[in-house]
Amino acid sequence: MTTTSAGAPTTPTTPAPRRIDPSAVVAGTTSRNSFQETWVQTMAMAWRALKKMRRKPEQFFDVLIQPLLFTAMFAFIFGGAISGSVPEYLPVLIPGILAQTALTVCMATGVQLREDMDKGVFDRFKSLPIARIAPLAGPMIADLVRYGIASVLTLVTGLAIGYRPGGGVLGCIGGVALTVFAGWSLAWIFTWLGTMARSAQSVQGISMMIMFPLTFLSNAFVPAETLPGWLEAFVKVNPVSHVVSAVRDLFNDGAVTAEVGWAVIGCAVVIAVFAPLAVRSYSRKM
Amino acid sequence: MADLSAVRADSLVKDFGDFRAVDGIDLHVRQGEIFGVLGPNGAGKTTTLRMLATLLPIGGGHAEIFGVDVRREPHRIRQLVGVTGQYASVDEDLTARENLWLFARLQGLTGTRAKSIAGDLLERFGLQEAADRPLAQFSGGMRRRLDLASSLITRPPLIFLDEPTTGLDPRTRGQMWDTIRELVTDGSTILLTTQYLDEADQLADRVAVIDRGRKVAEDTPDALKTQVGDSTLQLNLAAGSDTALAADVVRRLLGEDPVLTPESGRMNVPLPDPNRAADVLIGLREAGLGISSVSVAKPTLDEVFLALTGHGTDDESQMEAAR
Repeated sequence: MTTTSAGAPTTPTTPAPRRIDPSAVVAGTTSRNSFQETWVQTMAMAWRALKKMRRKPEQFFDVLIQPLLFTAMFAFIFGGAISGSVPEYLPVLIPGILAQTALTVCMATGVQLREDMDKGVFDRFKSLPIARIAPLAGPMIADLVRYGIASVLTLVTGLAIGYRPGGGVLGCIGGVALTVFAGWSLAWIFTWLGTMARSAQSVQGISMMIMFPLTFLSNAFVPAETLPGWLEAFVKVNPVSHVVSAVRDLFNDGAVTAEVGWAVIGCAVVIAVFAPLAVRSYSRKM
Repeated sequence: MADLSAVRADSLVKDFGDFRAVDGIDLHVRQGEIFGVLGPNGAGKTTTLRMLATLLPIGGGHAEIFGVDVRREPHRIRQLVGVTGQYASVDEDLTARENLWLFARLQGLTGTRAKSIAGDLLERFGLQEAADRPLAQFSGGMRRRLDLASSLITRPPLIFLDEPTTGLDPRTRGQMWDTIRELVTDGSTILLTTQYLDEADQLADRVAVIDRGRKVAEDTPDALKTQVGDSTLQLNLAAGSDTALAADVVRRLLGEDPVLTPESGRMNVPLPDPNRAADVLIGLREAGLGISSVSVAKPTLDEVFLALTGHGTDDESQMEAAR
């Protein structure tokens, strides 16, 4: 360690450090973070999450494999049975797969947050004067990259096996954007779970239990009308169904329908409820 | 400022379920000093520190740091205190430079300023060569240094060090001590916990001894040591010797009671002055008492403890408490 001589001949740019004056420091403290400070902190945490993603590319496994595999598999297995032929099933399927993939990514958000929170560095985050939402929102912003990759990849796979969206380029952009937004909103539920659960494994378990009913008890893969009445009722209130219908409208017709409005409102409600819950539960954990 | 205290904590309490980890501890740390909290594992040192650092809710009592209420204004406290934990709280997946940059950005420094501070700290802590290597390749000492460097980014006036040298080899420990002393010359106040009397002795101006969540003594290291003698003469008497007679000899020569373990013929004699060891040995020979082994040792935490509490540090009930 450079000790005694460290300050001697080195850089003239750093002036000799002044002595610390506690009363001056106390006078300079603030009682809470400003909005701008919170934003900078959130972006710093997002930067950290992106760095980690680049160093651990295996994290991208789910967003790469699932769109490729599931799109092709579901199309060829169910296509004939549900819609008569593969090309006829694709307009139904692609938005469904998109929603399912987005939910898988959400799940990973919660599990990874839980893993991360068990590490020593979270002690430091808690000891720093940063907004409590920053360590939660930062990784979620970084996750937008994952939602983006997953959505685009699903769409491209669909195009490759013969999907021709009637909504055109704009419709597709709108559909992908809505999927990303929906995934990001629903991720707050899993982030909340991440702050509540005891271990990463339990987050994984609980998330599975939420994810499967949400995706399969929706109109993601089959038309709701083909289901028994009681199930149809659930499927119709399932927010994932609204997102899937909205994305279908955008992709296939390029139309901003009422479903799009409902999907956006639904997502906003999820954020409004679960973001404060997550932050509260995270702050309590200290 | 009239009030020159950095930390003022009164009857701090913390329960974990049925277990009372901290049971009414008062701490009063003056500005500019190094204050040591000494105690064995599970005594409540870390819990106390974590409460003061806003990492744990305060269970009971009152605490102020530079006059700011810890319970009521945690955000202000976090701007005043740098915390270096027992287990290095740095990000394993980032490099040393990235860690420092991130912590600087989080505390509101601009990108360029964060970069230059990170560079300065890496140099000051001798980490510039390893700055861009993954942390997985760092030794324990390097991690601790990075951890300490991370706590100094905004030059906080109060620094908490939780067992800063536990697990380090003697050379690295010495370097860490030098670094800690330097911090005080910058005007920082330091509150450190340690399991080593030696470390408290080397660094601290004043020491509080904690046992089972209670403060059992508070004094300068010198005063604490004189309570057990500056050093200890450890004798094993020859088999079958009269330990009571030996104790009498010691009492007559030094005016102090030795600590006896009659079953093993072991006797520990506190020495006010190491030179008096010879007097004791001569006295024992004159009394016709044989010795099987002899050594002179500096007092250990165990002996300080024994002297202060009447029980050792490895007592069964000293459970490894929740941190």
